Amino acid sequence: MTQVAANNVSPSWYEASARQRIDALVDAGSFAEFIGPALREISPHLAIFDLPEQFDDGIVVGHGRLDGTPVLIAAQEGRFMGGAFGEVHGAKLTGLLRAASALKQDLLILFDTGGVRLQEANAGELAIAEIMRAVIEARRAGVNVVGLIGGRAGCYGGGSLIAGTCSRLIISEQGRLSVSGPEVIETNRGIEEFDSRDRALVWRTMGGKHRYLLGGTDVFVDDEVLAFREAAIDALKAGRRCDVAVLEAEQARLERRLQRFGEAEDAIEIWQTLGIANPTEIPALPTAAFLRAANDRENADDAR
Amino acid sequence: MEKLSFRLIAPRSASGTRTQAIVGVVASGNLEVLLERNLPTDICTIDIATAAHGFGMVWDAVVRDFVARRSAGGLHISVNDGGARPDTVALRLAQGIRKIEEPER
Repeated sequence: MTQVAANNVSPSWYEASARQRIDALVDAGSFAEFIGPALREISPHLAIFDLPEQFDDGIVVGHGRLDGTPVLIAAQEGRFMGGAFGEVHGAKLTGLLRAASALKQDLLILFDTGGVRLQEANAGELAIAEIMRAVIEARRAGVNVVGLIGGRAGCYGGGSLIAGTCSRLIISEQGRLSVSGPEVIETNRGIEEFDSRDRALVWRTMGGKHRYLLGGTDVFVDDEVLAFREAAIDALKAGRRCDVAVLEAEQARLERRLQRFGEAEDAIEIWQTLGIANPTEIPALPTAAFLRAANDRENADDAR
Repeated sequence: MEKLSFRLIAPRSASGTRTQAIVGVVASGNLEVLLERNLPTDICTIDIATAAHGFGMVWDAVVRDFVARRSAGGLHISVNDGGARPDTVALRLAQGIRKIEEPER
């Protein structure tokens, strides 16, 4: 019998389920769930449409420890209805954020979402607004709210708006961050404007590398759960302000960014303007080489 | 949604002390299985909610085979199905048993 060598490769964040991501992210055995699946707190809307329900409504919330520090955690399951926000799904995250404010405990949001669940659109839209308010209130209470983006559904629609309010964002190449998704743009503006089946176009317009280069996210990591864990531990050490001065500085940065890149037809032109020597090679670069090439990226500030 | 319920005599009971376990997600061709240990050790009940109507005979065969072959006694099992094939269902049920029998940390 030959001995099979132990596999010490860190599992893919993209491929993992919400529960697997939490298990690998926090200190071993430290996670405890709030409103777990056995409580059957399911969507009150899906049965009307004769659609299958999930016992946790597609989001796992709870508390655990990250490198010894107590944290609150929410993880969306991108494979259940595209990780979309419904009434219960949203309320679980709102409640967790309010707990973060009350307990003065940092919070991690593991985004994996296409946005609002259209079958419960009004409740979902309201949930997005409540969550954004709760994020700002938590940040004003001095709590870090860190977003992790690298799931198969990406972070779109209302999810991207929530991400915009977080104190830090960590993204992998596989992660996508955008208000409108590829198919939404194609449907509304035509295939000449955006071909949603052009994977390379999707990734260089919304993917992790582009978002990092534009200063839309703070940290770029490999698609590995341990890489996300280390980045999350670091992110919790950096306190981030959230006040009028920060928001005004961000508004000024965005105006400058529009002036600088507004005429660009494609992300590659933006990368060229950033001063990257071989912009067409960016999508193929492994992480270390990409981070070297990204030295002159747009800086992410406290509001991004 | 079609709802099916089974109450079966289980030849073997689930070991371990965990009170509940969950595996899988509700997605196309997939399912979630929630296991709760709250029944007499020779009984297994299985409640199924499935979007695919008219496959009661197939579910009957899969759950009877599962209870005969695995240690399912004492478990109340709830399934939310997203149109999984019988082999996927059998796999998730087996994974559920393995998870609820894992030693607690």
